[in-house]
Amino acid sequence: MYEFDYHRPGTLDAAVKLAGEADAKILAGGHTLIPTLKQRLAAPKHLVDLHALRELQGVHLKDGHLVIGAMTTHAHVADSALVKAHLPGLAQLAAGIGDPHVRHRGTIGGSVANNDPAADYPSAVLALNATITTNKRSITADDFFKGMFETALAEGEIITHISFPTGIKSGYAKFPNPASRYALVGVFVAQHGADARVAVTGAGANGVFRASTLEAALKGNFSAAALDGKSVSADGINSDMHADAAYRAHLIGVMAKRAVAAAH
Amino acid sequence: MSATGIGASVKRKEDFRFITGKGQYTADVNRHGQAHAYFLRSPHAHATIDAIDYAEALKMPGVCAIYTGKDLADDKIGGLICGWMIHSKDGSPMKAGGHPALAQGKVRYVGDHVAVIIADTLAEAKDAAEKINVSYGVLPANADTASAMTSATVHDVAPDNRVYDWHLGDKAATEAAFAKAAHVTKLDIINNRLVPNPMEPRAAVGEYEEGSGVFCLHTTSQNPHVARLVLSAFIGIAPENKLRVIAPDVGGGFGAKIFIYAEETVCVWAAKKVGRPVKWTADRTEAFLSDAHGRDHVSHAEMALDANNKIIGLRVKTTANLGAYLSTFSSSVPTYLYAPLLSGQYNIPAIYAEVDAVYTNTSPVDAYRGAGRPEATFLVERIVEVAARERGLDPAQFRQMNYITQFPHQTPLIFAYDAGDFNASMVKALDMADYKGVGARKAASAAKGKLRGIGFSSYIEACGIAPSAAVGSLGAGVGLWESAEVRVNAIGTVEVLTGSHSHGQGHETTFAQLVSDRLGIPIDNVSIVHGDTDKVQMGMGTYGSRSGAVGMSAISKALDKIEAKAKKVAGFVLEAADTDIEFKDGKFTVKGTDKTIDFGSVALQAYIAHKFTGAQLEPGLKEGAFYDPTNFTFPAGVHICEVEIDPDTGVTKIDRWTAVDDFGAVINPMIVEGQVHGGIAQGIGQALLEGAIYDKDGQLLTASYMDYTMPRADDLPSYKLGFTETRCPSNPLGIKGCGEAGAIAAPPAVINAITDALGHENIAMPATPQAVWRAAQKAVMKKAAE
Ligand SMILES: Cc1cc2nc3c(=O)[nH]c(=O)nc-3n(C[C@H](O)[C@H](O)[C@H](O)COP(=O)(O)OP(=O)(O)OC[C@H]3O[C@@H](n4cnc5c(N)ncnc54)[C@H](O)[C@@H]3O)c2cc1C
Repeated sequence: MYEFDYHRPGTLDAAVKLAGEADAKILAGGHTLIPTLKQRLAAPKHLVDLHALRELQGVHLKDGHLVIGAMTTHAHVADSALVKAHLPGLAQLAAGIGDPHVRHRGTIGGSVANNDPAADYPSAVLALNATITTNKRSITADDFFKGMFETALAEGEIITHISFPTGIKSGYAKFPNPASRYALVGVFVAQHGADARVAVTGAGANGVFRASTLEAALKGNFSAAALDGKSVSADGINSDMHADAAYRAHLIGVMAKRAVAAAH
Repeated sequence: MSATGIGASVKRKEDFRFITGKGQYTADVNRHGQAHAYFLRSPHAHATIDAIDYAEALKMPGVCAIYTGKDLADDKIGGLICGWMIHSKDGSPMKAGGHPALAQGKVRYVGDHVAVIIADTLAEAKDAAEKINVSYGVLPANADTASAMTSATVHDVAPDNRVYDWHLGDKAATEAAFAKAAHVTKLDIINNRLVPNPMEPRAAVGEYEEGSGVFCLHTTSQNPHVARLVLSAFIGIAPENKLRVIAPDVGGGFGAKIFIYAEETVCVWAAKKVGRPVKWTADRTEAFLSDAHGRDHVSHAEMALDANNKIIGLRVKTTANLGAYLSTFSSSVPTYLYAPLLSGQYNIPAIYAEVDAVYTNTSPVDAYRGAGRPEATFLVERIVEVAARERGLDPAQFRQMNYITQFPHQTPLIFAYDAGDFNASMVKALDMADYKGVGARKAASAAKGKLRGIGFSSYIEACGIAPSAAVGSLGAGVGLWESAEVRVNAIGTVEVLTGSHSHGQGHETTFAQLVSDRLGIPIDNVSIVHGDTDKVQMGMGTYGSRSGAVGMSAISKALDKIEAKAKKVAGFVLEAADTDIEFKDGKFTVKGTDKTIDFGSVALQAYIAHKFTGAQLEPGLKEGAFYDPTNFTFPAGVHICEVEIDPDTGVTKIDRWTAVDDFGAVINPMIVEGQVHGGIAQGIGQALLEGAIYDKDGQLLTASYMDYTMPRADDLPSYKLGFTETRCPSNPLGIKGCGEAGAIAAPPAVINAITDALGHENIAMPATPQAVWRAAQKAVMKKAAE
């Protein structure tokens, strides 16, 4: 780790100001950022810890949306009665992230801001067409994810909360990477009226993406049977030592079916 | 059996310390004024070092010193050694390339040691390391076992990278057996490379006391005396009497902490040069890169059967990857710890094995839990299973009809198995595993769209790694006996100084059980002392499942002497001849009388020495013993694994595990079961999850837990364990050893089960979901084509 100054602002305004400094980095759960610092792969001058901002924590139901503060931990989402009642697939997703230590530190804001191509949350955010709200603006999921580790966020922009529409039948199935237990393939499916959105994480060479062939198959028939014999092309699918593109593409089909079967 | 004696499941005495965080590990050792060492490591697998410029780094804050290979050479510090000489077929000695603790002119693997930076803090040492400018001349890398002999030369002494081409067995007899065979089974086998991953990473604290001229090294070692011997006699740090090596609590080793590495060598040497204690602790990435790896064999095997399906011959050709340098015992692992086990539990009249050991630009490879025996067992148990399937025979029955049944049994490859009852273990395992019900369970799985398979492993191994004269004749540079000293204090409490070293095995408990049992004293009155060359007499340490069979036998021998001396003391006190004294349950009694004295009182009498004169008997009660076994020990058993595979994803779930082991006498069943559990976990890890992968440039792709899959609790089944017992005839306690058995037995059981489920497709380890899914696809297509 290189030296840095640590800040723990008490207001969002103060946080925004600090995060706007040159070489500042926002610190949430630290479960991605701290290992990066330890390995000397990043050298920020300022770390701006958001833990004192109470308004960034917790889950609320507002205007038919689940509004989840950026600093809400995975464990909190997994255990939240509101999330379990309105988007059980999202609670299940959060319960399957990492291990208990990770779930009690890692945050939804950190995960979404980081946009790791193997992270779980981006698939839910994209499939449910959630809205990401920052200190400046609101961004829809379709406009937010820009490729591996890239998002629409500007330097120093802070996610304050993410709001998910409710009343949507949805489900998640994850095939964990045997080593890291991040998603080797994770598929989040959501029924939006007659349409379906199918978001795939872990597999895309450019990060989370929507599987259009599977969405078309589910249109008007949101059932596992509708996916029988439907596959995803291996083009643009990630190949690495854990899984090649063909296997990942195959798993997308299997996980999509399981996600639909588990959806409610 | 007493509650704390031999055979009792006594709770581990050391666990209070470990569980409450009160253990004292090397990383817990902090000395006043200590400096921190950081090793600059090679980012290249293979490169010349054309220049190292560290002038700017030296000026960085907190830096005390920076050293390179030149400084070691200038101080006449020798290279790291390999302590087991292997000769090639033509009688020529193995080709050992130089192994400097800090590179001299060339780096040979990613992680090789280029320089050490010693600074007030670790962060300062790392900051300075970033300012060092190394000019590398990058060379082509040689990182693949199978093609190593036609790849870039790692050491000039071995232009074709061949360390040795070695063989064992009777080639002509084996050829003759194959010539008359009714059936020959052939199999290509890869034994995947593993990273040991003990929970505690390696660490060292080197100190030098100017007044006395004594060096002290705290280090994470399984054998501190051997470390001292090598550091003194070969590396030349200091004579043995001026070098104290302490291995305090050590958090797991699995073999990787047997060896003498660059880092501890440099820390203890540099302590004198910088005039301060020097501390180093590996981070996990360094552990992946620089701990000696395990396994990494590529083999072809052929098994000859006669018309009655009796095995009549086995021939094996293996290429073993030893990495970039010969680690301390590396040369012995794919030779004498491997090939002699190729007879397995079977009566095979003719066996011939050839082994090429090769250099590659990868981390050195050496002994890892099982060391050679897992590789042999995997090969034998795979080819036996395949042969049975090819002949349409039940794999259990095929094994049973080829078992050795008479003991002692001289195999064609060195070993004389002294005792065993292989069929007893098989019969018991078949029953415990409900082998009869497997057909119904397969049908039930099939109804759910799953594939179920069952696999056997009927393993034997050789433990103790002794007798000394025998291993000496095979090339070992050391003797492999063990030592013990039993010190009885004046009030009858006991300290045992053992040359064994516990790094998780529970010696403080099991060794104390032996003493408590023998002397009839409470177990809490016994302390076990180990791991400090200043306290304990020369000893050989712990590996090869030897601490019970060899280490405890030494204690037992010392206890014999204690008893004999104590009887003499009792004789003077009770006014009887020592030959008339009986010792039982902690009491000395004059035969046929009620005249008696307890052990504690005899100890006191031995020290106050009022009842005998110096001319009649020496005062005191302290005895030592060195025990050199007369044979290896041969633990054996049968493991049966049942898997259920999801053909949609390739996920293999281990549904049932039955293990029936014959470890001879068992001191503490709870600890033995724990050893079996851990061993099986590691074996399942090898079979399903673990594998070190290098890319073609020699970069280790699996250098963290994000990419290297360690077994987790939910990867493992509940184990059903059973035991059979044939006592080991060659040691006084009848112990065979249990530390490695699980890791040896498990991999073929898993792969045999998977291939059974898949309809006999071969599959490499680790059988990852992707690999299993592919094989399942092929099996389905094959079935469809039929
Ligand atoms: C062992 C381990 C296992 C894991 N397993 C999984 C898994 O299975 N699935 C999975 O999805 N994830 C997994 N993770 C990741 C973890 O769950 C977190 O999601 C992840 O670390 C990011 O969240 P964080 O709160 O820790 O963010 P941090 O590490 O604090 O920050 C990550 C990045 O996001 C930025 N950031 C953080 N908060 C905000 C904000 N509010 N606004 C703008 N930018 C912000 C930071 O500046 C930084 O660049 C694992 C992590 C570990 C260490």
